[in-house]
Amino acid sequence: MSEIATLKADADALFSRKKTVAFAVRAVIFAYLVYVFFAFDILGLAQRAKMENAVTLVSDSWSHKTHVTRSHRGGAMDYAIEGERKGRYPEGTRPDWVTGPDDALEVALGDGSIVTLLPSNRTLIDIPGFGTIEAALIDGRIETNLSENPPDWVYASPRRVTIRTDNGRITLTRSKTEIFRYAGGWELFFYTLNSPYHGKRFGEIAFGDQIDPERPNWRGAWEDFWGNAMWRHADVLWAIGETILMAFLGTFGAAIVALPLAFMAAKRFAPVALIRSITRRIFDFVRGVDALIWTIVLARAFGPGPLTGALAILITDTGTFGKIFSEALENVDEKQIEGVASTGAKQVQRYRFGVIPQIIPVLLAQILYFLESNTRSATIIGAITGGGIGLLLTQAMQTQKDWEEVAYYIVLVILMVMFMDWFSGWLRGKLIGRSEEKH
Amino acid sequence: MSETTAQIQANYMALVNRRRLYGGLTLLVFILLMATGFNIADARNAGGFWEGLHRIGDYPADVLSEAWEKRADLPGLLLKYFPALIETINIAAVSTLIGALSGLVLSLLATRGLARWPRLIPLFRRILDIMRAIPEIVIALMLIFILGGGPVPAMIAIAIHTAGALGKMFSEVAENADLKPVDGLKSTGANWSQQMLLGVIPQVAPNYLSYTLLRFEINIRASAILGFVGAGGIGYELRNSMAWGPGRFDEAAAIFILLFGTIVFFDQLSSRYRNRLTEGAHQ
Repeated sequence: MSEIATLKADADALFSRKKTVAFAVRAVIFAYLVYVFFAFDILGLAQRAKMENAVTLVSDSWSHKTHVTRSHRGGAMDYAIEGERKGRYPEGTRPDWVTGPDDALEVALGDGSIVTLLPSNRTLIDIPGFGTIEAALIDGRIETNLSENPPDWVYASPRRVTIRTDNGRITLTRSKTEIFRYAGGWELFFYTLNSPYHGKRFGEIAFGDQIDPERPNWRGAWEDFWGNAMWRHADVLWAIGETILMAFLGTFGAAIVALPLAFMAAKRFAPVALIRSITRRIFDFVRGVDALIWTIVLARAFGPGPLTGALAILITDTGTFGKIFSEALENVDEKQIEGVASTGAKQVQRYRFGVIPQIIPVLLAQILYFLESNTRSATIIGAITGGGIGLLLTQAMQTQKDWEEVAYYIVLVILMVMFMDWFSGWLRGKLIGRSEEKH
Repeated sequence: MSETTAQIQANYMALVNRRRLYGGLTLLVFILLMATGFNIADARNAGGFWEGLHRIGDYPADVLSEAWEKRADLPGLLLKYFPALIETINIAAVSTLIGALSGLVLSLLATRGLARWPRLIPLFRRILDIMRAIPEIVIALMLIFILGGGPVPAMIAIAIHTAGALGKMFSEVAENADLKPVDGLKSTGANWSQQMLLGVIPQVAPNYLSYTLLRFEINIRASAILGFVGAGGIGYELRNSMAWGPGRFDEAAAIFILLFGTIVFFDQLSSRYRNRLTEGAHQ
């Protein structure tokens, strides 16, 4: 009986100890999260966060706006998508939602509101359910028929009047009247307005009559798409190529450099402890300095560009590969080397036929895994050193206006990483055999 | 009808030659790819490789000599940037914690035999794939636009990627877990979360902890890099001191030392614990 009692007491003690540990772990995690909550100033963040930025980001990423601008000096009209020169309507053309003669242009905003641009810088804004707002520039001041307390979607002062409608925005300043009309979709994605292929359906271009008298359809269509000044497809593809190139050169370059060094760090192949230790410290050092610092140091020597990024990845990963490879070399099976040696093979041949075949699968698996992960690193390094899709992405984000371009780049980056993931998996399967893969 | 030795030998040599040919061709293609790739990268870089090669040491030498001249200030500078370092480590730690916990749940939901809703396994797998594929910088920059600079955008960005990356590895480990404890718990009427918590987690915990520690190492680097694009911590301080150029190299040097020391310290720490964890699992 007493034996059972002691067993039970032991079990109870074990249980209560485990309970205490489990509780302590949770308490520590909770306490840490509370500490971080205050260290990161989450409460202050909630106040600083600009939700209107989030709205802009989400709505702009899949829509575009067309600017209709009237200069208050001379009354010249300008129609441009996103207000950019590259998106301007050619002279003498205008969007089909702008109607009427030149002295009474009617701009339909698509939500029922109609803006009428009258001579001598007068503007009528007809908003359903509200009425007509009249504004005019008189002696350098903007006069309106608005009451003292306008609704909250209107801002009015003598220098500037802004009116937001459901689908547009009208801004009057002393120099110009500007109307934005929002619409869904990525406009001009295939062709800009100055291309003869704009607005043509695929069938018309592929099978229809020759559109541009100077070029066959297939060539003109390709040239105008590829040279699209708004979306810059050629530049974007180059940038993606640069990013993949950085990852490719960095990863395989590191593998080539690390392999011979790994022999010097493995106990079995480098009997001198000092050499081993020095090589290992070198690996630790280049890994510890990290790609960020290498990028900064190398950018000073080589200037910005893909080569700098590739070298930064190369140097950092030499350390990582060196460590992994030398561990793989330590675990090499001695029997194969002995077998090769028994045929009278020299040192180099022993390595070539006794060691390399054993470690190749391990090495390749690691290299290909890093190829995929380095594609992501190359995106970030490109943002710092100025190369590849990372640079385009940060530039587009920092200007904070072309969110549809940002969305385009993000989609491409994700597709690129997924492609590299698939590609490295496929190559691994080809080179090592499917059995290595678990899923 | 039996083949003569000569025939066998000839066949064998033909086979060997073909293999050598293929191997040689692969090697040739690879060398060509590397060489062209290098030339393209070299041509598109602002400065050339060969002109820059002898200048590699210039910048570190400038930084080191200036830091050495002002070595008396160094302890003060190290102390000054220590809070920023703590922030970088905190970003990495919290994002690893949150990422690992969400990765854990997602991985169990995406594993055959364990999933709560087996029909939704492909859905959860795709979610993990996408979380893994989005580079941290994309989410960080978008969140900086909304939330302003600081540690939180970096934390969320790294946590999302961590959840995806760990989720995939966790799910591979969980696939090999023994299902008997789960069946036993099921027979006592345990619900799904109890089955997972008591039946699966104890089996896979050493592996999971080891992967999580490795991620923590990676995340410290990531959090320093994201700081450089505006997300707070030591990376942000580094960019500021870099922008000053010569005259403030002592500050850059202090930050380099802190960053290098931290990375090496946590590398060693985590590799020691990981060794203990995996050795414990083998016993």
